[in-house]
Amino acid sequence: MIVADRKPVEEIMDMVKDVSSLLILGCNECVTVCEAGGKKEVAVLASTLRMSFLNQGKEVRVDERTLERQCDHEYLEEIRNIADQYDAVVSLACGVGVQFMAETYPRLPIFPGVNTCFLGVTEERGLWTERCQACGQCILSQTAGVCPISRCAKRLLNGPCGGSTKGKCEINPDLPCAWQLIIDRLAALGRMDDYEQLMPLKDWTTDRAGGPRKVVREDVQS
Amino acid sequence: MNEKTPSKLEKVLAAGHMAVTSECGPPRGSDPEVIKKKAELIKDHVDAINITDNQTSVTRMCSLAACIQLKLMGVEPVLQMVTRDRNRIALQSDILGAASFDIHNILCLSGDHQSFGDCSQGQNVHDLDSMQLIQTVRHMRDEGKFLGGDDIKRPPQMFVGAAANPFADPFEIRVPRLAKKVASGVEFIQTQCIFNLDKFEEWMQGVRDRGLHEKAHIMAGITPFKSAGMARFMQKRVPGMDIPDHVVKRMADTPKDQQAAEGITIAVESIQRLKECEGVHGFHIMAIEWEEKVPEIAERSGLYPRPQV
Amino acid sequence: MRLNYPPDIKIVRVPCTGKVDLVHLLHAFEKGVDGVFVVGCLEGDCRYKTGNLRARKRVEQARAILDQVGVGGERVGMYNLSSGEGPRFAQYAMEMDEIIRRLGPNPLKAARKPKAA
Repeated sequence: MIVADRKPVEEIMDMVKDVSSLLILGCNECVTVCEAGGKKEVAVLASTLRMSFLNQGKEVRVDERTLERQCDHEYLEEIRNIADQYDAVVSLACGVGVQFMAETYPRLPIFPGVNTCFLGVTEERGLWTERCQACGQCILSQTAGVCPISRCAKRLLNGPCGGSTKGKCEINPDLPCAWQLIIDRLAALGRMDDYEQLMPLKDWTTDRAGGPRKVVREDVQS
Repeated sequence: MNEKTPSKLEKVLAAGHMAVTSECGPPRGSDPEVIKKKAELIKDHVDAINITDNQTSVTRMCSLAACIQLKLMGVEPVLQMVTRDRNRIALQSDILGAASFDIHNILCLSGDHQSFGDCSQGQNVHDLDSMQLIQTVRHMRDEGKFLGGDDIKRPPQMFVGAAANPFADPFEIRVPRLAKKVASGVEFIQTQCIFNLDKFEEWMQGVRDRGLHEKAHIMAGITPFKSAGMARFMQKRVPGMDIPDHVVKRMADTPKDQQAAEGITIAVESIQRLKECEGVHGFHIMAIEWEEKVPEIAERSGLYPRPQV
Repeated sequence: MRLNYPPDIKIVRVPCTGKVDLVHLLHAFEKGVDGVFVVGCLEGDCRYKTGNLRARKRVEQARAILDQVGVGGERVGMYNLSSGEGPRFAQYAMEMDEIIRRLGPNPLKAARKPKAA
C-alpha cells in the first residue's frame, strides 16, 4: 500500500491559519491502514484544530468526512454538494488524493495533511517499510523476490557493495542489506548460480526519469 | 595477456613485474599545487597514482581534473570513477575527456553513499553500477561505440580496473563477485586494505581455484597505521574493514612515539608475506595524507626501483 | 463505603478503560471540561488483558495534543487501582481536584464566552 505519515500539526495550522471554514477529508484505504489519514485520524486532527483555533480566539468551523478513496472520480463527487461551504480542505489522503481533489475542485484550496512516503508493507502494527519504487519494469523474478531498486540504498543491480556489514546496509545498521537478502533467498531456493548472472543496464524510461507515466488499457476503455 | 592500451601499469603487469600504485585525494579547493606536491613525493616509487573521486562523498576537486594535472607532470594517473554522482551520459563523457588527455587507467566503483559526506541531502544517481561501468568502458574501447550505438571518434584506450573487498560480508560471495567483475571485463583489481592476511589468503585460494587470477591482475591493498587510535577507529567504525585484534593490540602495545614506525613495519611485513601469495601481482599502497611514507614502504618491501617498461 | 470525594467530579462508567478513545478525551476538552482522568485497573490485572495499557497510551497522546494547542497536558491523566480500593479512589479524586483547581478553568471556556451571548 501507499504508506504515509501525519504532518506535524503546527505545519497544518500554518497552512489553514486564515481559514474560517474547513473540511478535514480522510481516506478509507491505504492511509487508514497505516494510521495516518483514516476516519480516526480525521477526528483527532479536527478536534486538535478546533481547540487550537478556539484558543487563538478564532471562530472556525471544522467539519469531518472520510471518503472510500480520493483517487477515483466517483468518490470525490460525493462532496460536490457541500464543497462550496468550505474555504479550504485538508486532505489526509496520499499525494495522489490531494492532487486529484485539487483537479476535481479547482477553486477550492486543498492542503496535504500527511507526507506520502513510499510503497510498502505493514511489518507489524506501527512499523511500515518500503518495498517498491514503481520502476515500471519488474525484475523480481531475477532477484529471488527481493527488489534491489527499492531496498538497496544505491539501487545496485549487481550488488552488494563493499559496505555491506553483517547483513546490514552501510548507511544504517538497522537496514537489511538488500543483496544479503537476495543471496539468502537464492541460497534457500538452491539458485546460487543465478548470482553470477550479470544484470544488464536498466532502461529507466519506465521509471520517474522517463517523465510522468501512464497506463492505458484500450480493451477496457469505453 | 597482450597489452590492449598504452597504459604503463598494464605494461608493468604484462611483463610479469610486481606493480605498485598509490593514491592521492584531491584538495577541497581549486589549488592544483596540492596534487602536484603529493605526486612529487611518490612518483618515482609507483607505476601509477590513483586519484580518488569524491571519496566518502566529501566534495573535492574532481578526479578527472586532478588526473590531468598528473598527466601534465608526466605522471601516470588512474582515474577513479564512481557511479553515485553521474548518469551514463556524464560517465561516457568524462571517459572521453580523460581519453583526450591520454589517461589510460580507470577504476570503476559504485561509491560510498552520500549520507557519509558533506552533501547528505543530495540525490544519488546510480544510473549504472560498477559492473555495468566496467562493461561500458570495455564497450567504448573494444567496440569503439557509445552505449547508444553510435561510433566514437578516437575511442578511449583504457586499462579497466575495479575494487574488491575480500572482507566485506557475506564472505561466501566474495569470490563469485570477483568472477562477476571478471565476466564484466575487468582487467585489474585493487583490493581494500588488508590486515587479516589469513582471510585474504583464503580468498586468494578461492580466486585461484576458479582461475580468476589469470584473467585479472590482483593488486593487494596496503594501508599503514599512523597510530593505535587509527587502528581502533578503522576496526570499529569503518564498514567492510577486517582488522584482527592482535594487530590492534600490537599497535596499542607500542609506545606512542613509535606507533607510526610500527605501522609502517606492519605494512612492510604484510607486503613481504603477500609477495609470496600466488596471484598477487602488485600492491596498492594507500597512505592518505601520509603520502611521504610511500617511498619508505616501497623501498623496505623491495619494490624499488620501479622497472622500466 | 460512603467516603467523601469532591462534588465537582463527574464519573463516566465504562466496562474497561480500553473503551476510552483518544477522541473522547479531546472532545471533552473541546466542550470546555477542565480536566479528565482515566481510572483503570492495575496494570497486569485488566480483565481484557491490555485495555488499560491502550488507555494509558491514549492518555499520553492526549497530553501531547493538549500541550500543543495550549490547553495544557496536565489536565488529563491516568490512575490505576483495584476496584476494591475505595479509600484510594477517594484519595485520587481529591488529588485530581487539587490539580485542576491549581490549573484553573479550561482556557477554551473563556474563548467560547463571547459566543454564548
